[in-house]
Amino acid sequence: MAIFLNKDSKVLVQGMTGSEGTRHTRRMLASGTDVVGGVNPRKAGQSVDFDGTEVPVFGSVAEGMGATGADVTVIFVPPKFTRDAVIEAIDAEIGLAVVITEGVPVHDTAAFWSLAGARGNKTRIIGPNCPGLISPGQSNAGIIPADITKPGRIGLVSKSGTLTYQLMYELRDIGFSTAVGIGGDPVIGTTHIDALAAFEADPDTDVIVMIGEIGGDAEERAAAFVKENVTKPVVGYVAGFTAPEGKTMGHAGAIVSGSSGTAAAKQEALEAAGVRVGKTPSETARLTREVLDGG
Amino acid sequence: MDLYEYEAKQIFGEYGVALVEGEIADTPERVESVAGRLGRKVVVKAQVKVGGRGKAGGVKVAEGPEDARARAEEILGMDIKGHTVHRVLVEEASDIAEEYYFSFLLDRANREFLSICSARGGMEIEEVAETDPDAVVRTPVGPEGVDRDDALGICVAAGLPEEVRERAATVITALWDVAVGEDATLVEVNPLVRTADDRIVALDGKVTLDDNAAFRHPERTPFANGTGTDERELRARERGLNYVRLDGEVGIIGNGAGLVMSTLDVVAYAGEDHGGVRPANFLDIGGGASAEVMANGLDIILGDPAVRSVFVNVFGGITACDAVANGIVQALELLESRGEDVSKPLVVRLDGNNAEQGRQILTARAHPAVRQVDTMDGAAALAASLAAEPAGQR
Repeated sequence: MAIFLNKDSKVLVQGMTGSEGTRHTRRMLASGTDVVGGVNPRKAGQSVDFDGTEVPVFGSVAEGMGATGADVTVIFVPPKFTRDAVIEAIDAEIGLAVVITEGVPVHDTAAFWSLAGARGNKTRIIGPNCPGLISPGQSNAGIIPADITKPGRIGLVSKSGTLTYQLMYELRDIGFSTAVGIGGDPVIGTTHIDALAAFEADPDTDVIVMIGEIGGDAEERAAAFVKENVTKPVVGYVAGFTAPEGKTMGHAGAIVSGSSGTAAAKQEALEAAGVRVGKTPSETARLTREVLDGG
Repeated sequence: MDLYEYEAKQIFGEYGVALVEGEIADTPERVESVAGRLGRKVVVKAQVKVGGRGKAGGVKVAEGPEDARARAEEILGMDIKGHTVHRVLVEEASDIAEEYYFSFLLDRANREFLSICSARGGMEIEEVAETDPDAVVRTPVGPEGVDRDDALGICVAAGLPEEVRERAATVITALWDVAVGEDATLVEVNPLVRTADDRIVALDGKVTLDDNAAFRHPERTPFANGTGTDERELRARERGLNYVRLDGEVGIIGNGAGLVMSTLDVVAYAGEDHGGVRPANFLDIGGGASAEVMANGLDIILGDPAVRSVFVNVFGGITACDAVANGIVQALELLESRGEDVSKPLVVRLDGNNAEQGRQILTARAHPAVRQVDTMDGAAALAASLAAEPAGQR
């Protein structure tokens, strides 16, 4: 069944005609995603050929949804225009908006998040600054390489793209129901908790791998959620134990401020909630195998 | 980006926030002349991007120009929690009746901005927040922002005296304008003071600007060029590299922020068995990992005299490992053609798409500095042990 994205998902791409959008639309199509259209008001009515697949370009998200029944949009537009692109998706009441763009001002993210809430959260937002999500063998919305793993029964949620790929690859013999990259910005749409709740309810997921990193207290809150609400085994990993205070480590949200947001505090909270936390990505993969083997 | 107090106050001034008169100075002589211009009593304040400078002796009251000069001689060059004081702000001393606290900050957990206000501001605000949390009032900012009525509501909730609320509200709405207009994630005034003659003045100022919004604020670029940033970090930034200098011996290059953070951790663990060697830096060359970016990254890291070995940790996802391996080879050739020294050992771990082809490319090239290990943990252990060996034995 997977979470948030499955074989029936019909995907629009905002920014499809840009270089990143074009590159990743081709990859999404190659991995079996049902990409039904692109959105670009200046190129509406045209279509783009991706190795023999003609993908139409629509003038707006609403128009694309009307013509194709699309329920997912993947957003590749530059940071300057991301706020308006997400607001357009929210206005069209599309079910899922995956914001890949890195470098979106946090005031803009807070603004579109607040708008989504005011409209009754009809649009689930994933990202910004995320690799998107993949339900292997079904659909791939974003930039996650599809060929490093296969369908299976692990659910994965992560702030980091490459750590997601690393774990997907290490556990490729077991496979994944869905892997969700929620993004490394200080303000993001879908959280660890949202993904944990969805995996808990997903009959095709047996074990959940949760990857966090320094900054904020999302992992601590996720730990509390696991303790109260998750019956499936959860294996965790936290990156950034060696990060110095006050320095942003690549991701805009990855910063230890004073004594808050440290990896040690997150690990402690997760372990207190019964989550087994790996010291390295490899150990995390090993723990996941142990859990699946009933260890 | 955190701003210095004097930079924050420059912005406050542009938005009409009431301030005391002052000027920045970087020599005792300059401090003396500023103090002479301002009048009799002044405050000399260390400009550092770290809290607790008052308790560290970085803020001194001076009775006149000569005294100000003497205080500046004490403060300039002082080390406050690892930050060297290069400049001081010289301000006229205020006759303080009461001290309040006010800030707007990004509340990550609730994904909105929050105002925090207290009638008991000053150096002990953190203690007040702990011992008497009700004295520190937190109010979420709604989607419509903060208007005058909201600001007055905050003043009432925080228990600010009735006679100052109107003036405090004026400051608060101006500070909200700063937060929005400048894309700030933190705007803090502590203390916000009531003077003996009943003015409301921002005596200190702390502002953090959102780096992601820099494209909207080209006029603030000079703030990023201030002192306090490591010279190697500045060079890396000029080349568009995501680099943070740390204090260890193992240089790190990887793709993806999470993977690089993880690499630092794994190297630090491995270092525990090798004399306590630690990562020398954070460097994320991004998903693409092109030869040019790899060369720029290697150049920055190999040029760091503290670096004794380098760990290149790449997961081939979007960019397959054969392309990354070619990038490493080209990067080394590029650096050698520039006459750079590339003799420090380079431990390379390639994993993911086309990892085998990538490894073969590096094996075929057989560069004397390059050693390959297939796992992240194994590569970290080798890089740590190489960094721990005395030079000459590697």
